[in-house]
Amino acid sequence: MREIDVKTVRETVFELFMSACCEIGRDVLELLRKGLETEKSPFGREVLSQLIENDRLAAARHMPICQDTGMAVVFMEIGQDVHFVGGDLNEAIEDGVRQAYREGCFRASVLSPLERVNTKDNTPAIVHMKIVPGDSVAITAAPKGFGSENMSRLWMLTPSQGIEGVKQAIVETVRLAGGNPCPPVVVGVGIGGTAEYAMMMAKHSLTRECGMPSEDPVLADLERELLESINALGIGPQGLGGTTTALAVHIEQMHTHIAGLPVAVNMQCHAARHKSAVI
Amino acid sequence: MPKTIHAPLRREEIGTLRAGDSVLLSGTIYTGRDAAHKRLCALLEAGKPLPLDLRDQVIYYAGPCPAKPGDPIGSCGPTTSGRMDAYAPALCDLGLIGMIGKGQRSAAVVEAIRRNGGVYFAATGGAGALIAACVKSAKVIAFEDLGTEAVRELVVENLPLIVAIDAHGGNLYEEGPAAYRKSTL
Ligand code: SF4
Repeated sequence: MREIDVKTVRETVFELFMSACCEIGRDVLELLRKGLETEKSPFGREVLSQLIENDRLAAARHMPICQDTGMAVVFMEIGQDVHFVGGDLNEAIEDGVRQAYREGCFRASVLSPLERVNTKDNTPAIVHMKIVPGDSVAITAAPKGFGSENMSRLWMLTPSQGIEGVKQAIVETVRLAGGNPCPPVVVGVGIGGTAEYAMMMAKHSLTRECGMPSEDPVLADLERELLESINALGIGPQGLGGTTTALAVHIEQMHTHIAGLPVAVNMQCHAARHKSAVI
Repeated sequence: MPKTIHAPLRREEIGTLRAGDSVLLSGTIYTGRDAAHKRLCALLEAGKPLPLDLRDQVIYYAGPCPAKPGDPIGSCGPTTSGRMDAYAPALCDLGLIGMIGKGQRSAAVVEAIRRNGGVYFAATGGAGALIAACVKSAKVIAFEDLGTEAVRELVVENLPLIVAIDAHGGNLYEEGPAAYRKSTL
């Protein structure tokens, strides 16, 4: 049994959000540069070079890449041999988020859904925990903006629609989103499971290094094929037309029920922010 | 070469803009997004005066981050304009001449732009740091309680924009993708 003080969790969550909101990952930057080389539309190239310059400026000045610093999504993988001490784990996570959004001058974008009353500190966070073997704790902070979140979709397909139906659902989601999710996008997909699990996989796939193919060769092929179909849509950077609509497609799958074929698509903008640490 | 334009906008100048023109905008503009639009239109419906005169003005759909000490504003990129579509035609009819945001507009907004000789500019979504560098000053002028969603008067310098929808039926959100579309599944 390993004891971990929740104070360490709070500090880690704080640091991860401080960095995630201001420093784009090298994975995304690399794909933006590649897009700039291959993009055919002059508007597309103009937008991509603005984004690269924006990301440089944000990191240099330690200010948010995008003003929508999102809802604070946290993925935690907790080793089953860990014992948290020193307080409430959930509160420690919320405190870490609160502190980051205040000290980082990040936008408080979280409110009650019906009355629309802002909590002013961007809490509550959206926390997904999983118990895994071992005695360490892996934390990923993934602030999620809603321009792209709003364009996400759940498709409860019938088994007869098969793989062709799956491809159509994914490409159609991106087509309908147009310029709204700030393309170039990263398309997170969950196939199978149940309604909520499909969306969880779609969200989780976005924490993968951007552009890294799935370990499953069948899914990796599907990701490649879909990236090509999506980039043939012509939407382009910011929806102004072009050949770089998506930077990557990430897919996860899970067994599902004989009667169903859920497909969840979680849209992620070019501000594909995610930072991880292991305690 | 981008055209240089100045806000408040002159109607004659707006008439010369075409979808696909790059512009650098300087001058005074106003931020407003979901909650501010809701309030403005509620005031209109109630027949009450608005807290600002919209004639010939430009609204920027944005909710900035708080400013760091010494800065005029925090990151300040555009938000999705489509959510303001329900309110925009009424404001255009009041004299609002320009809108800045990201993403496609509804048929009713396109028509209001045509009817009033207005213009819709696309700013680069997610370029919050880059755009903040173009903002020279910012002050809240209405609905302070709305926090980031308050109406702010911004003085901007050389804000890079692309004319997305013009008053003559040009719409880059349709023409642009159509030119690069290869096939559909
Ligand atoms: S969709 Fe992403 S890049 Fe665009 S405004 Fe929202 S968070 Fe920023």
